Amino acid sequence: MTDTSDLLLDIRDLVIEGRSGGTWQPIVKGIDLSLKRGEILGLIGESGAGKSTLGLAAMGYTKSGCRIAGGSIKLAGEELVGAPAETLRHLRGKRVAYVAQSAAAAFNPAYRLIRQYSEAPVRHGVMSRQEAERDAVQLYREMQLPNPEEIGFRYPHQVSGGQLQRAMTAMAMACRPDLIIFDEPTTALDVTTQIEVLAAIRKVVREHHTAAIYITHDLAVVAQMADRIKVLLKGDEIEEAETRQMLAHPREDYTKSLWAVREFRRAPRTPDDTGKPILTLQDVDASYGTLQVLDGINLSVDRGQTMAVVGESGSGKSTLARVIMGLLPPDKGSVSLDGKTLSPLNRHRDKGVQRRVQMIHQMADTALNPKHRIREVLGRPLEFFLGMKGAAKEARIRELLTMIELDPDTFIDRLPSELSGGQKQRVCIARALAAEPDFVICDEVTSALDQIVAEGILRLLDRLQREMGLTYLFITHDLATVRSIADWVVVMQKGQIVEQGAKDQVFQPPHHPYTELLLSSVPEMDPDWLDGVLNDRRAAG
Amino acid sequence: MSPILKITLSRLAMGIVTLLIVSVLIFSAIELLPGDIATETLGQSATEETIAAFRERFNLNGPVHMRYIEWLVNAVQGDFGVSLSNQRPISELIAQRAGNTFFLAAYAALIAVPIAIVLGMLAALYRNSVFDKTISGATLAAISFPEFFVAYILVLLFSVTFGWFPSLASVDAGTGFVERLYRTFLPALTLTLIVVAHMMRMTRAAIINLLALPYVEMAHLKGMKRWRVIAIHALPNAIAPIINVVALNLAYLVVGVVLVEVVFVYPGLGQLLVDAVSNRDVPIVQAACLIFAATYILLNMAADILSIIANPRLLHPR
Amino acid sequence: MTPFLRKLGAAPVSAWFGIVIVTLIALTAIFAPLLAPFPEFEVVGPQYSPWAAPYYLGTDALGRDVLSRLIYGARNTVGIALLTTALAFLLGASFGLLAATLGGWFDMIASRAVDVLMAIPSLIFALLILTITGTSVLSLILVIAVLDSTRVYRLSRAVAQGILTMDYVEVARMRGEGLFWIIRREVLPNSAAPLIAEFGLRFCFVFLFISALSFLGLGLQPPIADWGAMVRESARLISFADFSTWQTATFGLAPLLPAGAIALLTVSVNLIVDWVLHLASGLEE
Repeated sequence: MTDTSDLLLDIRDLVIEGRSGGTWQPIVKGIDLSLKRGEILGLIGESGAGKSTLGLAAMGYTKSGCRIAGGSIKLAGEELVGAPAETLRHLRGKRVAYVAQSAAAAFNPAYRLIRQYSEAPVRHGVMSRQEAERDAVQLYREMQLPNPEEIGFRYPHQVSGGQLQRAMTAMAMACRPDLIIFDEPTTALDVTTQIEVLAAIRKVVREHHTAAIYITHDLAVVAQMADRIKVLLKGDEIEEAETRQMLAHPREDYTKSLWAVREFRRAPRTPDDTGKPILTLQDVDASYGTLQVLDGINLSVDRGQTMAVVGESGSGKSTLARVIMGLLPPDKGSVSLDGKTLSPLNRHRDKGVQRRVQMIHQMADTALNPKHRIREVLGRPLEFFLGMKGAAKEARIRELLTMIELDPDTFIDRLPSELSGGQKQRVCIARALAAEPDFVICDEVTSALDQIVAEGILRLLDRLQREMGLTYLFITHDLATVRSIADWVVVMQKGQIVEQGAKDQVFQPPHHPYTELLLSSVPEMDPDWLDGVLNDRRAAG
Repeated sequence: MSPILKITLSRLAMGIVTLLIVSVLIFSAIELLPGDIATETLGQSATEETIAAFRERFNLNGPVHMRYIEWLVNAVQGDFGVSLSNQRPISELIAQRAGNTFFLAAYAALIAVPIAIVLGMLAALYRNSVFDKTISGATLAAISFPEFFVAYILVLLFSVTFGWFPSLASVDAGTGFVERLYRTFLPALTLTLIVVAHMMRMTRAAIINLLALPYVEMAHLKGMKRWRVIAIHALPNAIAPIINVVALNLAYLVVGVVLVEVVFVYPGLGQLLVDAVSNRDVPIVQAACLIFAATYILLNMAADILSIIANPRLLHPR
Repeated sequence: MTPFLRKLGAAPVSAWFGIVIVTLIALTAIFAPLLAPFPEFEVVGPQYSPWAAPYYLGTDALGRDVLSRLIYGARNTVGIALLTTALAFLLGASFGLLAATLGGWFDMIASRAVDVLMAIPSLIFALLILTITGTSVLSLILVIAVLDSTRVYRLSRAVAQGILTMDYVEVARMRGEGLFWIIRREVLPNSAAPLIAEFGLRFCFVFLFISALSFLGLGLQPPIADWGAMVRESARLISFADFSTWQTATFGLAPLLPAGAIALLTVSVNLIVDWVLHLASGLEE
């Protein structure tokens, strides 16, 4: 910051409070932030870090139920804290714009995209409607949207998620603002879509020399986008540095732990005793109504191994789990356990099968009954499957809690609402283990969790597998997770298996084209990764 | 076929099927009456001939399904048969009275709907303000009050104490339009108060739901004026929920009309229905029920179709 | 119990008002014979006595004591409304929970039947059926309970369906738990709050409905003391209200006493329901 006139945003000692249970609790606890014109700052942190709240504050805006309790926010020298509402209104959309996480929810369903685009420039008196619409087509083209002349005349529900997110970025650019706040713009997208959106956002922001605050929880994404990175934890700043510096030499322990998450690799397993498969699927087709979601699935899982099923949304990977569990009867084909064909419907299976095959859900929040205490959550399967009662049951519940690294005395009488996200998922794991299963399906068990917590869960699952000789079917969209825990990898696309093999084999070329696309779309921590991939793809044509 | 046409037609068909089932229920009332109507009405001393004549007159001969079809076909043409108690054609009794009832209901609806929607929106926009709390308290009271309590309070105030309006709403065919408006003001006001309370609470809730949506916040973040956010971004999407609110409140209006007519001795269909129930004059009860039910079902169906048309996802399919 | 008492202590004034009034009316209903100065049906004085001892709220057209009839009316009207609501709940909630849990043809048939019943305004339907059955207390209770159970059915089915889509129910199903275990252990504990609130609202509705029918002369029949019927009996007097003297004024206010009692009870129950709903929404946050 050699030249102060270059300073666009200057936040000093900002405190923002939120109302909870009748009192004001700090969400942002005295943070400083400065941003030069044309600079991109990455805000990174886990949920509850206050990154969105801080981002919105740069527009002089707080969500309802929140208030700015102290500090100052200066945009190009102009103080926003305590500024009249009318002043702030003239600023929003014109000089500072916002790109929300879910474009589908942030576009008004009643109007065409281009009408929503031109609203800000026309209302702020920047240009006429005709000029704005001409300009929109230009920006749509820059955002690499298909049919830029025509796409603006569609309604939001007629456009796909990735395109909508790019249209929203174009809308934010409409008045050529000095600053854009990107609030997790690609979090809801599949990786192959994410890469296109990232590339388009970066191109437009750089070409127009627009400053940006890029909020995300994904380090690899922020590495591609930001000039500088600021790490937040529970409303406090941990550290801030230039991107390459931060990636290569993080100073604080918390930052180092964030960086280390992706390094976890478990030791490979050799197939158990006979190497006989424990679970086999033969020619399975399945559909919801007339929509076919699984098409000719063949796979077999070896005892004691972890099979990772990877694919994007709509690939049918979760349906696969439902078919195995007997929740969705297949149209055709069979599921067998230890060579014995299972009934297609769970309720027709015998208790032994129901006990031996367990499933852990993605959302631990909805997988635990909010009215049941931990004692009951873990006690019921013990009673139901193993007929345990009284002191034996109590002792086993405590043992299970110890296994998932939760202190029995503290947790046994708690309700799910008194647990953190990671603790809830641990309880769900313990509930599955209570049945003493052989085969456990993990359906995106870490995708709703922060990365450090998720890593803890992966390590726990790995330890339990070694101790209890479990076999896992691990469903995920995250290739980093696959790299961490899989022995065998199955890649799915549109209800079909496009490739499967041992982990090393799948991750080594030659790949199936879809696997190639998937692998090359996963952001890496290297700040030059996005340029590299784009160059490669351009070269490949 | 466009999806919107398809859904509209299917709703139309559903409405008609419902109407048919309801008409069967209403028709079967006379079949379910304990004992034989003819002997019951004419007394034990009636001769064979008079009973036969009675059965002929009241369409009690022949198989049930044939009589149902005949009854329905006649009813659709406005012929509901004759009254049990005074043997007069029911259509004569009903024509004038149905007109009066629809007049009163429309009068109340025309006052109530705009007031309720405007008040509901204001309460939602300024929620938790003194205005909102006052309105919410007042509507809670109005919902809890029986219709006749509201009516008598109004009578006590405007009729007995101030003498501004008549306490009895007596109108006949010769009453002029303005005079009619004046005489039916108190019943219309009673209905309005009751319906407004319900409708306003629901409108308020619907708008508050809407204001929390991300695209409304987005409009604020684009620096749009407050009124513009409401009028341009929130309201067009509020049409469907508001139509539903209005439709739901038609039920209160129909029930309210019956009670209010009795309080104000207004010569409407409700009054006739209540008297007929007391006299167990089944053909009249059937006719009145059919008219009330048909109106209610048709209005609900119309609301349903309107709110489908207001949905941009259906209006502009992929 | 302690957390409940703590919540009760933190209840707003409006909820307290509701609780006090409902308790008072309940006590009045239970101890009616002890509280009422005169018997329910007996002619005890001249017609239309003014508000003065021993007839503190005057006498009616037959010379019966109005205060005593109001007290007995609490017992009759509230008692029947409570019974009817309970019956409507038993019917509506059990069918609703079953329909949601079983699904399939049971759900289809039950839901279509409810759709048809709800396609007709309930007062109109009630009048149609009362024409057939005549106006007895039993038919009144049955008719209103069946009509009202449709709303309970809709609500409990929707609430249960919401719960049944939760993963924890899927976990129970995969474990092989039986239908009734799932309803009892998973669904019911989570649907208690909305169902309790609905009970309050339904009670108000049933209570107003019975009063309305009585007011129309089709509900509880004379000489039973009933608030709605008492309004009907004294309705015409309101036109003669005259505020020049105490005697003439109280004369005209006669219909407002029972009507006001109905309003007071429903307002009170509504205030409690509002508080319960507020508590429930607060807990879910």
